[in-house]
Amino acid sequence: MNPDPSRDLSRMPAPLPEIADRGGPLQPLLSATGLRKEFRLGGGFFGPRAVVHAVDDFSLTVIKGETVGIVGESGCGKSTAARLLAGITPADDGEIIFDGETFWTPRSRISGERRRAIQMVFQDSASSLNPRMTLTETLAFGPRAHGVPTATARAYARDLLAAVGLPPARFAERYPIELSGGQRQRVNIARALAIRPRLLILDEPVSALDKSVEAQVLNLLVSLRDQLGLSYVFISHDLNVVRYISDRVVVMYLGQIVEEASAQDIFAAPRHPYTRALFASKPSIDPRQRVTAPPLVGDPPDPVNPPSGCRFRTRCPIVEAICANARPPLSAMPGAGGTHRAACWAALPGNEHSLSPRQKGALQ
Amino acid sequence: MHGTLGGPATIDAAVAPAVRHNRYATVVLLRFLRQPVPMTAAVILLVVMLAAIFAGFIAPADPFQTRVARRLAEIGTPGRWLGGDELGRDVLSRLIYGGRISLAMAILPVAVGLFVGGFLGVLAGYAGGRTNMAIMRAMDVFYAFPSILLAVAIAGALGPGLVNAILALSLVFIPPIARMAESVTTQVRSYEYVIAARLTGASTLRILREHVLSNVAGPILVFASSQVSVSIIAASGLSFLGLGVSPPNSDWGLMLSALRQSIYINPWVAALPGAMIFLCSVCFNLVSDGVRQAMEVRR
Amino acid sequence: MNVQMTIPEAGPRVATAPLLDIAGLRVAYRGLAGWTQVVRGVDLSLAPGRTLVLLGESGSGKSVTLRAIPGLLREEGARVEGHVRVGGQDVTTLPPAELLKLRGGRVGFIFQEPMTALDPVFRIGDQIAETIVQHRGVSWRAAMATARELFDLVQIPSAERRLKAYPNELSGGLRQRAMIAMAMSCEPELLLADEPTTALDATVQIQVLLLLREIQRERGTAMVFVTHDLGVAAEIADEVAVMYAGRIVERGGAEQVLLYPRHPYTRALTNCVVQGSYRDQRLGELSGAPPDVSRLPPGCSFAPRCPARAEDCLRHEPDFRSLAPGHDAACLHPSGPSADPSSRPGVPAGSPKGH
Repeated sequence: MNPDPSRDLSRMPAPLPEIADRGGPLQPLLSATGLRKEFRLGGGFFGPRAVVHAVDDFSLTVIKGETVGIVGESGCGKSTAARLLAGITPADDGEIIFDGETFWTPRSRISGERRRAIQMVFQDSASSLNPRMTLTETLAFGPRAHGVPTATARAYARDLLAAVGLPPARFAERYPIELSGGQRQRVNIARALAIRPRLLILDEPVSALDKSVEAQVLNLLVSLRDQLGLSYVFISHDLNVVRYISDRVVVMYLGQIVEEASAQDIFAAPRHPYTRALFASKPSIDPRQRVTAPPLVGDPPDPVNPPSGCRFRTRCPIVEAICANARPPLSAMPGAGGTHRAACWAALPGNEHSLSPRQKGALQ
Repeated sequence: MHGTLGGPATIDAAVAPAVRHNRYATVVLLRFLRQPVPMTAAVILLVVMLAAIFAGFIAPADPFQTRVARRLAEIGTPGRWLGGDELGRDVLSRLIYGGRISLAMAILPVAVGLFVGGFLGVLAGYAGGRTNMAIMRAMDVFYAFPSILLAVAIAGALGPGLVNAILALSLVFIPPIARMAESVTTQVRSYEYVIAARLTGASTLRILREHVLSNVAGPILVFASSQVSVSIIAASGLSFLGLGVSPPNSDWGLMLSALRQSIYINPWVAALPGAMIFLCSVCFNLVSDGVRQAMEVRR
Repeated sequence: MNVQMTIPEAGPRVATAPLLDIAGLRVAYRGLAGWTQVVRGVDLSLAPGRTLVLLGESGSGKSVTLRAIPGLLREEGARVEGHVRVGGQDVTTLPPAELLKLRGGRVGFIFQEPMTALDPVFRIGDQIAETIVQHRGVSWRAAMATARELFDLVQIPSAERRLKAYPNELSGGLRQRAMIAMAMSCEPELLLADEPTTALDATVQIQVLLLLREIQRERGTAMVFVTHDLGVAAEIADEVAVMYAGRIVERGGAEQVLLYPRHPYTRALTNCVVQGSYRDQRLGELSGAPPDVSRLPPGCSFAPRCPARAEDCLRHEPDFRSLAPGHDAACLHPSGPSADPSSRPGVPAGSPKGH
């Protein structure tokens, strides 16, 4: 099933103008710095409220045309991070710059026309599409909200359906309940593309799908990215999916980034013990290559009371005294050209950790 | 038990036969028509309502015409087929005319409650935060009193009369409907399709109109219709206590109050207005239940 | 004991006799539009101590098949045909009292979400002890001691404290371990697991899989394990049965099925696994979606999506044919045995991970 040129969205006349590039190819498309989000739970008149540190000091740069994957386990804050980046949930602190322009700060937020630059695709579920709208109505909503006449928007909706592999003759007037999970997810993608964004944030877009459907949707995402020159932030708990789709991978643990590198580097030589454990935990599909010992013991701790210092230390196989005392900074790994960063005392040179590389002088 | 089929059943586009695309409302209507009990209740209500509307054509006698000879006539007396009341007026005609006021007093307050409460609830649910807090706490103050007591208190304060009674009842039905509307709206607002609509940069009004209202209207309407069965009892209660309509006009509550003294002489006739109140209340409840069930559209 | 005597098969069992034997199992549920056949003729058998993985996607009937084993379907109002024998006892005809003895006695059950099986208002230790008292008739004190041992078996740290905890006070991984402890409480011969690791994080999932393997080795328990995840199947299975649209389409040893699949559906599944694929490499894909079992096409249910479909596939549903000793597929045109699994796309030549 190679991409059919008649379904190439970039060749279809779109009712909304393209968002012009401002900063040129070297200007990052998205640059988020120091995002922080806390959620307050329960509490009330009696007793203190519990505070969940959902995302802490989260910084992310997406280069134009790049796909950044974010992986982590439940409660690591990856979905919260996605919502902060998209501007759905306001962060408590931090800043988001889009193509050189302020997209969001605690005091100002972008509105109107430029708002459509970042769109989001959610995990497939019964509530991902409006059950009372036909697919055409769902897809025409965004363009209409930007002033496109209804007839034009509906015609474009049919083009979008074709572009995501749903023949409009059969699907245009269907309701979401008449779709399978994979079909629904295609509509979710089309909806996000309807107002011509430049960055898609995809939150677990294939996690709820059957394995035989997952590949279809991933292939669709790849061909749309190529056709439209999109950038993706791709969030998943599945390492294999992230590895397949991403140029760069960010690993999160308990609300913080613990490692960040190109997909190739991080899979070839993970530096953080959590990343290593995550990779080793994924069963291979070869029954001859079974995992013999669990890479980690226990569950991730409660994000209400994260451990002091390095948050991974309670489960870390190479934990030492320094790990409890100070939080390791996310820093460039020596000898990796500055693109591979990890937050682990054992990987950072010049500290008390016994595994810390002894090449402080050589680097300076 | 959990996960009956290990996941939602799905259709292969290539395999599935052509699907008929019915509007949601059509599907709900078809499903409602297939339920015997709610359908019967709906027919009964329709008959009662039509009779009330066309009372002038249907009522066999003048409801205000007293006949001393027919005082407390038995059921089946010629010219007084459902008996006569304490002044010898035709009970059947009075029931038909009284239904006008009783039904109006039951439905109008809920309609007002639906508009005002629905508006406040949707607003609170969609806005969230402080707006939500302010609106919902105000509603809670009213909600803390039993509805009938509250209606009596307000009607008592405003003074007797039909308009005042409707006003009092309206105030009673705003808080529960607002609360219901708030909770569905809060839920719908968290759905991904609403978040996606917000992400497009569409105006709040457009999102409310196209995405939120169509999804909250159904549950709110059903809830409101179930409140009619409460309202009809409350309305009759007010009239019974003399806080509603004033004689010689009459509704079922006032008729019940007047005939109450003759309960030992002619209990069957005295029970008739009560039976009508009961019947309508139950029927409104059944219809509302039926609609709710018809709306749970699953594959 | 009396009841056992009346069942002729329950006499002295030969060690090689299958512990589980399912023959011609058909299950239908009543829906709005009449009965829907969700399991359409399943034959399976499992020897003591072995692990069988039922692999399939949504609507394949794998979970329903699993729930037929402890006789849960009758209570759900399903129509069950065929035979399900556990250690010689036919579950489909067993009186309700005997069925209750079977569950939690000879057969243990692990769910995907432990909260469906653990009662939130009782302490976990009490719930396990309760089960033991019921099934073995021992004293409460002895039962608590056994519960304590079980917590050690499932490697729950600070067992004493955790026994006194309520289910919602435990993390997902610990809850699943407690669930396993409960399932093991009466030393079952057969453990039934319905996607027990699907809701868990990767680092916790592998711990639970290793734990199950260890328990089996220690206690010799047989297991039927339902999953949709090929990796999980590879990690735990001795034998694999692949289900599609209510039928088994391929069965055999784990290596046979997962590395040398012969049915086009299994092949497609192993091909479209994203594992080890790199950027810009187009994934092998299977068109369409798993079918709705209430409206199946005529002939082979997989035919509409099958890359190797021929004319006759649309006419009759294929029977099982043996491809190699212990390896069968229900396909009219099974693909030839592939020489080297690592030459296929999707399976990297080397180990995808270091360990």
